[in-house]
Amino acid sequence: MDRIPILRMGKFLLVTIQIDLYDRLATNLESDLVQMVNKTEAKGVLIDISALSIVDSFMGRILGNIGSMSKIMDAETVVVGMQPAVAITLIELGLELKGVHTALNVEKGMELLKEKIASDEEPPDETDEDSTE
Amino acid sequence: MKQDISKLLQKKKKQILEDWINNQLADATLREDLMSNDELREQSAELLDGLLKALTDKNFSDVESKEFEPVYEILAGISVSRAKQGFSPRETGIYVFSLKDALLKTLQTELKDDPSTLLDAMLKTNKLMDSMGILTFETYLKGREEIILRQTDEITEISTPVIRVWDGILALPIIGTLDSARTQVVMENLLQEIVASGSTIAILDISGVPAVDSLVAQHLIKTVAATRLMGAECIISGIRPEIAQTVVHLGIDLSSIVTKATLANALKHAFGILRLEVRKVQKEKIV
Amino acid sequence: MKLMKIVLSKDSMKIEREQDVVPFRGRVKEYAVKIGMSLVNQTKLITAASELVRNMLKYGNGGVVLIEVISEGRDNGIRLTFSDKGPGIADIALAMKDGYSSGKSLGIGLPGTKRLVNEFDIKSTPGQGTTVSIIKWKNG
Repeated sequence: MDRIPILRMGKFLLVTIQIDLYDRLATNLESDLVQMVNKTEAKGVLIDISALSIVDSFMGRILGNIGSMSKIMDAETVVVGMQPAVAITLIELGLELKGVHTALNVEKGMELLKEKIASDEEPPDETDEDSTE
Repeated sequence: MKQDISKLLQKKKKQILEDWINNQLADATLREDLMSNDELREQSAELLDGLLKALTDKNFSDVESKEFEPVYEILAGISVSRAKQGFSPRETGIYVFSLKDALLKTLQTELKDDPSTLLDAMLKTNKLMDSMGILTFETYLKGREEIILRQTDEITEISTPVIRVWDGILALPIIGTLDSARTQVVMENLLQEIVASGSTIAILDISGVPAVDSLVAQHLIKTVAATRLMGAECIISGIRPEIAQTVVHLGIDLSSIVTKATLANALKHAFGILRLEVRKVQKEKIV
Repeated sequence: MKLMKIVLSKDSMKIEREQDVVPFRGRVKEYAVKIGMSLVNQTKLITAASELVRNMLKYGNGGVVLIEVISEGRDNGIRLTFSDKGPGIADIALAMKDGYSSGKSLGIGLPGTKRLVNEFDIKSTPGQGTTVSIIKWKNG
């Protein structure tokens, strides 16, 4: 297996990472996703990492990149299902995953994406906190 | 001709044991409430047995000798269990030192005609028993430390309850000092509960934290950041005036965190985020 | 009383390619689970190991990792020693500064990794290689 499947659901793209990623697989995912966002004109990307037991700075960078790249292409990224141990470790490591939104689970992530898109279509009342580097 | 002291002691084992037990029984601090005399006898017999078996004339002056290891093991086991049973250091010490008295007494009676051998044997016995005494204290302390560690664990366990105050809202009152080990436990419990309950808002109430210095603040900021990474919001409540003062005087930046004075205010804020409203029921509608 | 660190078991693994990273993490996890390390500590250890092994691949062209189960007093733990024969680090103090990185990474490498473990030791000779050794205690 050298590709992570990307599912399309209406305006959203859905990725579930089920295994610990080899670096190659992660970089492939990054470029595949960006291509897909462009091709499908998706408004949101949802990445489920609940099966990931480790997120190191490399994986963190990939997630951040996906968020920032999608953002420039006008799509929001939500990372869902992070394990508590992973969150604690990332904070200790000093990684805050700037550029992506987070939600507890897929359901809440979907809600968040819908909200973001709805507020996008109305006149913008609040700019969100994420900054692109 | 020199006598074989270890053989001599082995021969006199029964006598030594009797003397030793009597020494212990005669002591005013004997704790019959903690250990029965039969148990005491059994314990003493086991240790003496092991000691005399391990003892040879060759290793008598070598307290580090390998043959003594089983003896030390028995002794360590006894001191640890005594520490846990609540014996005082003195009571535990007397156990070993009264054996020394018994051994010396036997040597004195048996070797009274041979002063130079007696002196040599006594010096060696002293040295061996002293090293056993030191071991007793080391392991006794270890036993005590284990108790303290276990209690610390228990305190951390019970002092970080996570309460579901509303559907989707968790509260965690922190009572006592917040050090890094404690923060770790708080964070773990909180995040696990967030996942388990699917709550999107957590309120950390610090009204029970005696002081907030820059280190504690850093721990709080970390907890909030980890909660956000999981996709939930974290509110800190219970900021007492003294805490607000120290925070500002120390120049700690809490601007990235939502802080509220009371748990009630935090809950109100949480309702706002969840778009909930609490209203008084109007009388006409009930009737 | 000064406690001695006693090595209970030893294992080593060669890291030569990027594909070795995931199996290596699996191996570290095995040992961590074996000594009953808590999940959070496991995650911290494996993440730290992952960071260091990547550094080793990136700057040292790979190397060898020694995995040891050690014991000190009543505490058990895992010691990982990463040795490479790369160019080495000229200024260790600078490399340990938050925000510094010579490569194209987020610059959290060494200091961030240090925060994840209980003991962190780095030795480097320019031109000969770098050795990093970390310890994570079971209850640390």
